[in-house]
Amino acid sequence: MSARGPALTERGAALEERGPGPVRVRLSVNGTEHTLDIEPRVSLLDALRERLDLTGAKKGCDQGTCGACTVWVDGRRVLACLTLAMTCEGREVTTVEGLAGEGELHEMQRAFIAEDAFQCGFCTPGQIMSAVALIEEGHAGNDAEIKEWMSGNICRCAAYPHIRAAIRAVRDRA
Amino acid sequence: MTTTTPSAIGQPLDRVDGRPKVTGHARYSAEIPVPDTAYAYVVGSRIAAGRVTDIDVSAARAEEGVLAVLTHRNLPRIAEQPPLIPSLAGTAAPGQTFFPMQDDTVHYAGQQIAVVIADTWERAQHAARLVRVSYAESTPVTTLDQGRDDTYVPEKIFGGWIPGRIERGDVAAGLAEADVLVDGTFTYAANNHNPIEPACTTAQWEGDELLLYDTTQGVNATQMTVSRLLGLPMSKIRVMGHYVGGSFGCKAMIHAHSALAAMAAREVGRPVKLVLTREQMFTSVGHREEQEQHLTMGATRDGRLTAIRHHKLSPTSHFDDWAEPSIGVSSEIYACPNYEGVYRLFRANTMTPTFMRAPGEASGMYALECSMDELAHELGMDPVELRLRNYTDVDAMSGRPWSSSGQRECYERGARRFGWAGRDPRPGTRREGNWLIGTGMAAACYPVAPPANPQRARARLYADGTAVVQAATPDFGTGVATVMTQVAAEGLGVSVDRCRFENGDTDLPNIAAAVGSAGAGMISAAVHAAATGLREQLIKRAVTDPRSPLHGADTVDVVVRDGVMIAGTATDAYTELLQRNFQPDAEASGQWSPPSGDVPYGMMTFGAQFAEVAVDAELGLVRVRRMTGAFAPGRVLNARTARSQLTGGMLWGLGQALLEANYMNPDTGRWVNSNLGEYLVAVNADAPDVDVELIEVEDSIVNPLGVKGVGEIGQVGAAAAIANAVHHATGRRVRKLPITIEDLL
Ligand code: FES
Ligand code: FES
Repeated sequence: MSARGPALTERGAALEERGPGPVRVRLSVNGTEHTLDIEPRVSLLDALRERLDLTGAKKGCDQGTCGACTVWVDGRRVLACLTLAMTCEGREVTTVEGLAGEGELHEMQRAFIAEDAFQCGFCTPGQIMSAVALIEEGHAGNDAEIKEWMSGNICRCAAYPHIRAAIRAVRDRA
Repeated sequence: MTTTTPSAIGQPLDRVDGRPKVTGHARYSAEIPVPDTAYAYVVGSRIAAGRVTDIDVSAARAEEGVLAVLTHRNLPRIAEQPPLIPSLAGTAAPGQTFFPMQDDTVHYAGQQIAVVIADTWERAQHAARLVRVSYAESTPVTTLDQGRDDTYVPEKIFGGWIPGRIERGDVAAGLAEADVLVDGTFTYAANNHNPIEPACTTAQWEGDELLLYDTTQGVNATQMTVSRLLGLPMSKIRVMGHYVGGSFGCKAMIHAHSALAAMAAREVGRPVKLVLTREQMFTSVGHREEQEQHLTMGATRDGRLTAIRHHKLSPTSHFDDWAEPSIGVSSEIYACPNYEGVYRLFRANTMTPTFMRAPGEASGMYALECSMDELAHELGMDPVELRLRNYTDVDAMSGRPWSSSGQRECYERGARRFGWAGRDPRPGTRREGNWLIGTGMAAACYPVAPPANPQRARARLYADGTAVVQAATPDFGTGVATVMTQVAAEGLGVSVDRCRFENGDTDLPNIAAAVGSAGAGMISAAVHAAATGLREQLIKRAVTDPRSPLHGADTVDVVVRDGVMIAGTATDAYTELLQRNFQPDAEASGQWSPPSGDVPYGMMTFGAQFAEVAVDAELGLVRVRRMTGAFAPGRVLNARTARSQLTGGMLWGLGQALLEANYMNPDTGRWVNSNLGEYLVAVNADAPDVDVELIEVEDSIVNPLGVKGVGEIGQVGAAAAIANAVHHATGRRVRKLPITIEDLL
């Protein structure tokens, strides 16, 4: 607890100089550096979708309740709608577009197609970003674990049994 | 590709749009890059009834980047309010016959009262909070208890398609002669569709021509509705929507935001993107109404129904007589001489409710099938046996034979897969530790509703042997792009990998909105007509082409495989025929006209649902451990996508049974939990594995390929099967949805 206070204060001074008008923000997304002039209140999700034309991360609620906006920041899954873009400076942001090389598919993407783990596809980028991280986190041991750790990603088409099948397939191949 | 093509239909082909969806490259309506787009943010009314007395937009207008603020004072009047007609009719299809911001009246909370347009989303959102509104508030009426003393029986509901009262025989006499009576009142919370993609329209004007990117189940429905509202010629409106992130009915009718986006774009002279927030999705696109159903049934000792009385009470808006048709199927699927169904409505401060997955059947069958379970219990008869005893091979209301059924097979095969046989019917007898275990079942059925007018598609074959097949329909997750690729490939006689289905654009041939599970049947009919028409055209060309090896052959002797026309030993490829004749391509339109007038058949899709639940004896927690559904949806175009839709439907039934509810604050007239944190939908942890059995039945009546649809029936009966399983586990008969912990403590 005490370690966080001073750390925040130190960064607070730097932040105060920036905003509330548009400020220059450098973002590294999928290995590419971008420079944006955005207001500090711009979320990572809106920076990606509305400024960088990376629309893979979806906006399902803008409230942190659906998981459609799941991306990785420094390899950890975060909700891009609840993350301010400028707090990601100096970090690496990965979106579904950067999961595999150009023209290639990550094995989780292949598994989602093979298991028909989506219908409308709107939750799918978020599910996939969660699913890949889940295995790396070691939270895909059994179905009960997968169910629990994937429950931050709502699929209104309710492809859940197929999403679990895709995760199992990738896990068991590893 | 060496395999033959005639069996493309039915194959569990991977989704043709799988790759764009898993890579994030699929562009949904809010994601089409349109240069210079401005952002619109809607302000909704805080009160549920009354008037806007003042609206001060000066602070909002003064914010940096704000381009305009529209209110009832400066929004142009609409040209005309079209009537509410379900979009399957292929006409304009507004979600309600009230268009907001035409005067100062407020009919319901969340009603649009201002639209702020700014150069960024953040600025529009912020400025919207600065709009100061003063109201003269009157007392709202929103709940059943506030409205039940002032009701009426409408002449028609559901956009004028369904009578407010139906009857046959003499229900009082039927109940009097019954040996056993079952009587119950069922209550239902309001439900919201909540597709993960919020509704969105991006509007762009080029002079007096309008281009809309819209989240809709029917681009043509958007085009016709906006045309009437704005008084704009149809030829000047183009609507596109390739990918739609789920709908479940809330994008089946065209709600006000689509036209508002166009009006906003005209006002600011720039393209405008209007996306509803998640909270606004609860007050702007319709919902499944809160309701109460009262069902009484009588039967003889040997389990034959003598009478059913099914009444429903629900709130509707001040402008439309809407109720989802919960009563229809209870009049049809069991042999029962006496029936009475009545809708009672009251005027409430709500927007007009709308279609929501299995609109009517999902709620009506809960009352019917829980009552059947109770009757089986009273009679000491197996629930499956009771249903078989009341099986009818004619529609019990019209007396017409089913065009196809499969209902018996659904019971039998579903029961077998589930392991129903040998079930101890006594409630509360199975226990595993703290968990009480129960099983339950229910019938499922959903009417087959054909469109009202001809459906069209177009097929084009290029000289290199690849084909494009087109129809206006969007794909909102049904897999229509995939299955129509299969239908087109089979009709044309080429392999599926040579065929591309293009869709989601009003510049393509007209298709009615894909609603009511009618999409697959009507679109496949049109695509089949176009593809086979083109094949016949090419065959005719070959047999009359002196340079063709098929010259002089009888067209009926020609078959096509992998793009090669074959008559006996003679062959000619499509590619050679076209290239030889310097023809870059060949094209045909196809049209399917649904049967007009009265069809002498009852048209219904059938199924059977089975569920096993565990109920914590002390905590009242309910866990659905497994579900089996057996369905007979006519011909299955793609077993994989069909299974996925049915699985999704069954899990919707789980949500309806145990989770989904929006609650009304009766004092303020505002919904209490309009967000995905508190409006509970099934998440991964709620969803058990689901077993789907497909039973194909032949049907030559419903449409050319005999497709009855799978979008809705998965949900029908699922909530009843779960509630019946809860009864079996605990002995408690809960007649309320959702069933929550308090009901079981
Ligand atoms: S959009 Fe971020 S959690 Fe829903
Ligand atoms: S695929 Fe539609 S919400 Fe998950």
